[in-house]
Amino acid sequence: MQYVSTPMTESAEPHIEIDPSKVGAERPSSREVARETVFQIQSLSAYYGKAAAIQDVSFDIYGKTVTAIIGPSGCGKSTFIRCLNRMNDVIPSFRSDGKILFHDVDLQGKDVDPVSVRRRIGMVFQRPNPFPKSVFDNVAYGLRILGMKDNLGDRVEHALKRAALWEEVSDRLKDSALALSGGQQQRLCIARAIAIEPDVILLDEPASALDPIATASIEDLMHELKEDYTIVIVTHNMQQAARVANMTAFFSISGGEDGSRHGVLVEYDDTEKIFTNPSEKRTEDYVTGRFG
Amino acid sequence: MSNAALTARSLTSEHRRRRRIVNWLMEGLATLSALAAVALLVIVVGSVAKRGAGALDLDFFTKNPSFLGFGQGGSGIANAIVGTFIIVGLAILMALPVGILAAIYLNEFAPRRIASAVTVAFDVLNGVPAIVIGIFVFVFIVAGHGQAGVKGAFALAILMLPLVTRSTQEVLALVPNAMREASLALGAPRWRTTLNVVLPMAVGGIITGATLATARVAGETAPLLFTSSLAGNTVSWNPTEPLASIPMFIFTSAEQADPALQEKAWGAALVLITFVLVASIIARAFGLRSRRRLTGGR
Repeated sequence: MQYVSTPMTESAEPHIEIDPSKVGAERPSSREVARETVFQIQSLSAYYGKAAAIQDVSFDIYGKTVTAIIGPSGCGKSTFIRCLNRMNDVIPSFRSDGKILFHDVDLQGKDVDPVSVRRRIGMVFQRPNPFPKSVFDNVAYGLRILGMKDNLGDRVEHALKRAALWEEVSDRLKDSALALSGGQQQRLCIARAIAIEPDVILLDEPASALDPIATASIEDLMHELKEDYTIVIVTHNMQQAARVANMTAFFSISGGEDGSRHGVLVEYDDTEKIFTNPSEKRTEDYVTGRFG
Repeated sequence: MSNAALTARSLTSEHRRRRRIVNWLMEGLATLSALAAVALLVIVVGSVAKRGAGALDLDFFTKNPSFLGFGQGGSGIANAIVGTFIIVGLAILMALPVGILAAIYLNEFAPRRIASAVTVAFDVLNGVPAIVIGIFVFVFIVAGHGQAGVKGAFALAILMLPLVTRSTQEVLALVPNAMREASLALGAPRWRTTLNVVLPMAVGGIITGATLATARVAGETAPLLFTSSLAGNTVSWNPTEPLASIPMFIFTSAEQADPALQEKAWGAALVLITFVLVASIIARAFGLRSRRRLTGGR
């Protein structure tokens, strides 16, 4: 079998940790080393019915990096990440303004098929949601749908190895995925997402339903996966953002004049800067625990 | 009153006694009602069994009825069993695909407003009395053209349709949205998601609903009265001519003066009840399997 995990090369961007002593140290910003801009979000607003969930969000997401979206409950983090693969399309009252350019293509364009968007931009949800099928069939599902049926077994094995799950499930591929533990189920969902070889993986609070050990294994996995994928992760856990992300976007809630409340992007920068030397007072209050 | 005083009051024996009596009373009433329902079932099934058991022998299932002559009337209901089998089978073939597809449309694809309007329409159709359906079919396709088993099946299918649709809708609604999202997020189109994820999870429940709907219409007499009642006394497999059926046999035999025929009617009723009972048990088994699937399989 030729599928060995991609060799662990030295990361182009060093793993950023909160370390106040290193603030200002010579270290290239993720923006500078970034190979490419994958998403350009331009004045994105999203609405459910008439209520705005997020308003006027603009920033760029870079390739082969982990970008964390943090912020208090109700600030539109999930709404935002679901815009990136048009998952909100399935919600009847949903509507959005502004633009999301994905490799310079407007994702909301009339001729853009949401199905092919989702095929290139995978997603892992808050609660593990494996299908009530076997472990193998879960990973093979997307492959079969998309007609990637050559070497199905190899592809499944490769995806499970990439998701650091192969060791644990190689002898029970035929068993129901529902018999796996929560952490294993979530890694299975990650394997399922990467099996179809997307460019981007979106993770919507992937560890919020998991215990600390399973959370750690998911975080380790992200460090490995960013070698090959652009990763966007929503998390309400600031330590997690600090541990895994190169770039961090802080969303918060703003009140409109009419008393409505909606999410806004407050600050977007290198994770290290957000956590040690934020430009905005609101960011500082949040990361130091004075708010939210 | 302070909290402490309230607590003290509720702890006094007087209050406890009252609470216990009310509790005992309500529990008793509820239990009695449940027992009454079971008792009714036992009385109905028991009396049918008592009167009809005597009619059940091999001839009853293999021979055709005869309404000729006092004392020698009727030997079996073979033609009615075959007829019911064909009519109900055709009704299933007509109602099941339409009902399931309608439910899939309403639950998976239709805009919410259309879905709720159509759902109400199905509920209304469900409430239309069977005899009205019978007259409707009679006026439109029987009058002037003659009766036929397939026309009876059509009437039964109209009765089955809302039952199948509504029960399928309910099962589809039980499939967690997370499953649909998981599939859509993998680049699966909506129809593949429905076909490969939603339906496999719901299939047990759909079969349950279909089986219960079948059991429900198998005993319908009114629609057949207009559409397939003028059947001969021999076994016929041809649905383009009127076919005998168990409900029609019960209806006509029970009115006869010949006590032997009356006993045959009870026997036919027993066969019908047994059929419904077996169908319900099968439906339950599928339903349980489906629920286990939907709730995690452990």
